[in-house]
Amino acid sequence: MSDQAVTTYLDEAQLPYFFCPGCGHGMITDHLNAALVSLQLDPHKVVVVTDIGCSGLADKYFTTNAFHGLHGRSVTYATGIKLANPELKVIVLMGDGSCGIGGHHVINAARRNIGVTVVVFNNFNYGMTGGEHSVTTPPGGFTSSTPFGQLEYPMDICQTVAVNGASFVARTTSFDKGLPDLLATAIQNDGFSLVDIWELCTAYYVPNNRFSKNLLENTLTSLNLSTGIIHQATRVEYSRAYRHSVAGEAGKAAMISRPILPKYQSDLDQRVGMIIAGAAGKKINSAAALFCRGAVLSGLWANQRNDYPVTVKSGHSVSEIILAAKEIGFSGITKPDVMLLLFKEGSMTVHSQLAALNEEDTLYINRDLLPVQTKAKLIPIDFTQTGRWANKKEYWTIIALSKFLSDTRIYPLEAFKEAVSAWSEFAEDNLAAIEAGEKLR
Amino acid sequence: MRELINGGQAIVRGAIHSGCNFFAGYPITPATDILLYMIRELPKVGGIAIQAEDEIASMGFCIGAAMTGKRVMTATSGPGISLYSENIGLAIMGEVPMVIVDVQRMGPATGGATTVAQGDIQFLRWGSSGGYPVIVLSPTSVAECYSLTCKAFDLAERFRIPVFLATDKETALTISTVDVEVFEIVPVRERQIASAQADFVPYRAIDPDEVPVFTPYGGAHILRFTTSTHDEYGQLTKSPEKVHKLNERLAAKVEMHSDEIAMVKTDMQPGAETLIISYGVTTKAVEEAILAAREMGRRVSSVTIHSLWPVPEKEIKAALSGVSKVIVPELNLGQYSLEVERLAPDGIEVVGIYKVDGEMISPNEILEQGGLK
Repeated sequence: MSDQAVTTYLDEAQLPYFFCPGCGHGMITDHLNAALVSLQLDPHKVVVVTDIGCSGLADKYFTTNAFHGLHGRSVTYATGIKLANPELKVIVLMGDGSCGIGGHHVINAARRNIGVTVVVFNNFNYGMTGGEHSVTTPPGGFTSSTPFGQLEYPMDICQTVAVNGASFVARTTSFDKGLPDLLATAIQNDGFSLVDIWELCTAYYVPNNRFSKNLLENTLTSLNLSTGIIHQATRVEYSRAYRHSVAGEAGKAAMISRPILPKYQSDLDQRVGMIIAGAAGKKINSAAALFCRGAVLSGLWANQRNDYPVTVKSGHSVSEIILAAKEIGFSGITKPDVMLLLFKEGSMTVHSQLAALNEEDTLYINRDLLPVQTKAKLIPIDFTQTGRWANKKEYWTIIALSKFLSDTRIYPLEAFKEAVSAWSEFAEDNLAAIEAGEKLR
Repeated sequence: MRELINGGQAIVRGAIHSGCNFFAGYPITPATDILLYMIRELPKVGGIAIQAEDEIASMGFCIGAAMTGKRVMTATSGPGISLYSENIGLAIMGEVPMVIVDVQRMGPATGGATTVAQGDIQFLRWGSSGGYPVIVLSPTSVAECYSLTCKAFDLAERFRIPVFLATDKETALTISTVDVEVFEIVPVRERQIASAQADFVPYRAIDPDEVPVFTPYGGAHILRFTTSTHDEYGQLTKSPEKVHKLNERLAAKVEMHSDEIAMVKTDMQPGAETLIISYGVTTKAVEEAILAAREMGRRVSSVTIHSLWPVPEKEIKAALSGVSKVIVPELNLGQYSLEVERLAPDGIEVVGIYKVDGEMISPNEILEQGGLK
């Protein structure tokens, strides 16, 4: 930027404004230009973000950067821009229509206190599509979509953002001579600022309601809405708060590779499909994961596919495990070779695989779930014989897997123990549970 | 060197390898893992990752950040793609380089949140107004989740367009033993930035397939970005000549370069009369079915499509030559088979194997329903 003062931020080539005669949008655009001139911001460091509606025509008049986006979404683009590059001054120009369709974004931008300035061109109706009602249409207001008068209560944009964390909120009219100063203050505010500017839509709201500057001011009074600076608060701006909160992470290794180097050996020469049928909250998946790590420690390839309902601590939890001596392709198990049926929640979701088991297969089953109809070799597990684990169901999967390994030696039990020691948060208890499983008869 | 990881983790590693430094997403099963990994991992490489208030905002944040020069990614599932739709159109129109991961789950609507599916394949291509092209890649394994994520970033840079990674619950969440040393390393494409010395016009393109040069907000030039039909300056226009030029170019910049995007893997057997065309999670079953069929003495070839859109027509047509039957297994009611039918010459029987019961298609089902037993 040159040292010479900027005398206007408006692009002369685009003037005059395309707004209807008497429309408040031109006045607000002039006031915003005056605010920018007073602040002498580098136009390269300013982004004017607009969306759909007549206010969305305004960005083209500025010599700053511009982003013209989808209806109601301007605040989201502005948030992305500010978060990514906090040195930019980001100014959102949006209509009352956008405050409706994008109200959720406005509220959440206030909650974050993201450092953007929202200028609301509030003329109580949709000027671009034909004068339909908006979230700010006053009670009884006539619009093309409320020909019998507006029945909905108008949204107080200012209070909405003020109670939700905004750090600077003001309301005024486009006739306010102090508007350039107010806008400059809002732009200089560190966090989220919003200026709600009431104005006339001479194409629709004025003729449909015989509306005027006086009536606009009367509406403010009748709705008991104050003007000027309504709310100010000191809060840390979001993009700075974010950077501060993650500062300790910088430079740490990301997505660390955790190779598993084979130390043990397995004689397994065919693919084995196992299903562990259990209940949510009983550490089925985590026990299965440790079991798979033990397999990889033994030079095998392992796959683990988990099935669960959308709930976390209730319902079934099923892990399907495939072990093989070579890389595993298709990850489904149509007929398991081994099933561990541990909890009744799980048994209810695996009946087709249970029915598919034949004489060569093995079914380890919690004794409490007997009787069961199966052709498979049946190995009941009596968890009451596991001493201190009898009532600690979250260790039963480890115990059952330990018994399975002790029986089959599909891979060495030592590998399972090493996996537990290396990767379990509860290594000590899990190791003791493995020993309990080993002793089960 | 073996590891136990899932496709979601491989996607995150691929993104970090590719220089991804901005992520925004909204929780949705089965894509949430990617969001959570990004939130924990991106700050370590100086990146930003946050949960937005909804999917619309996730896209908005990513698009805004992309235009400041960040390399951005978001991840969701089918219901989230529905909400991404309007901004996908905006990203096409504004020419935003970005990567969108779709971890497909069973639809329609909220469908089966924890259930595998491939039901978004036509939706991803046609899911925004106007019907302009996007690029869609689809990994079949954990290793490809890594390499195709890298490729997605590469193509997003090359074409300034949203590039989708169409994966699924099974591929993203099944934990697999992988040999990380065989992961294909895709070189990272540098972003071309408009020279600070030369004049800059944001959407200037001389050739009909040209990708305009990028400049970030806050850089050397003033940038006008717009979602509306615009001239090269980013100003709204209704001039038929300019409108035509823009819209034709948005399609041509992809379609005229489909050869550059096409990625398929062929396994052709001389004299084979049957061809199997697959993509994504279904491919593993196809590979096993092919081994079994050949063991039984059947002659059968296969094509795995890694780049679903634009359709690799040349490669598919070449593979179709000489066969009398083509089998297309998919976890939907027949979506990509529409493309195969369109390309198959008269006389070739197109057999779709469709499944929407929440289970994967098994190798045996391919053998049986494909008449290969």
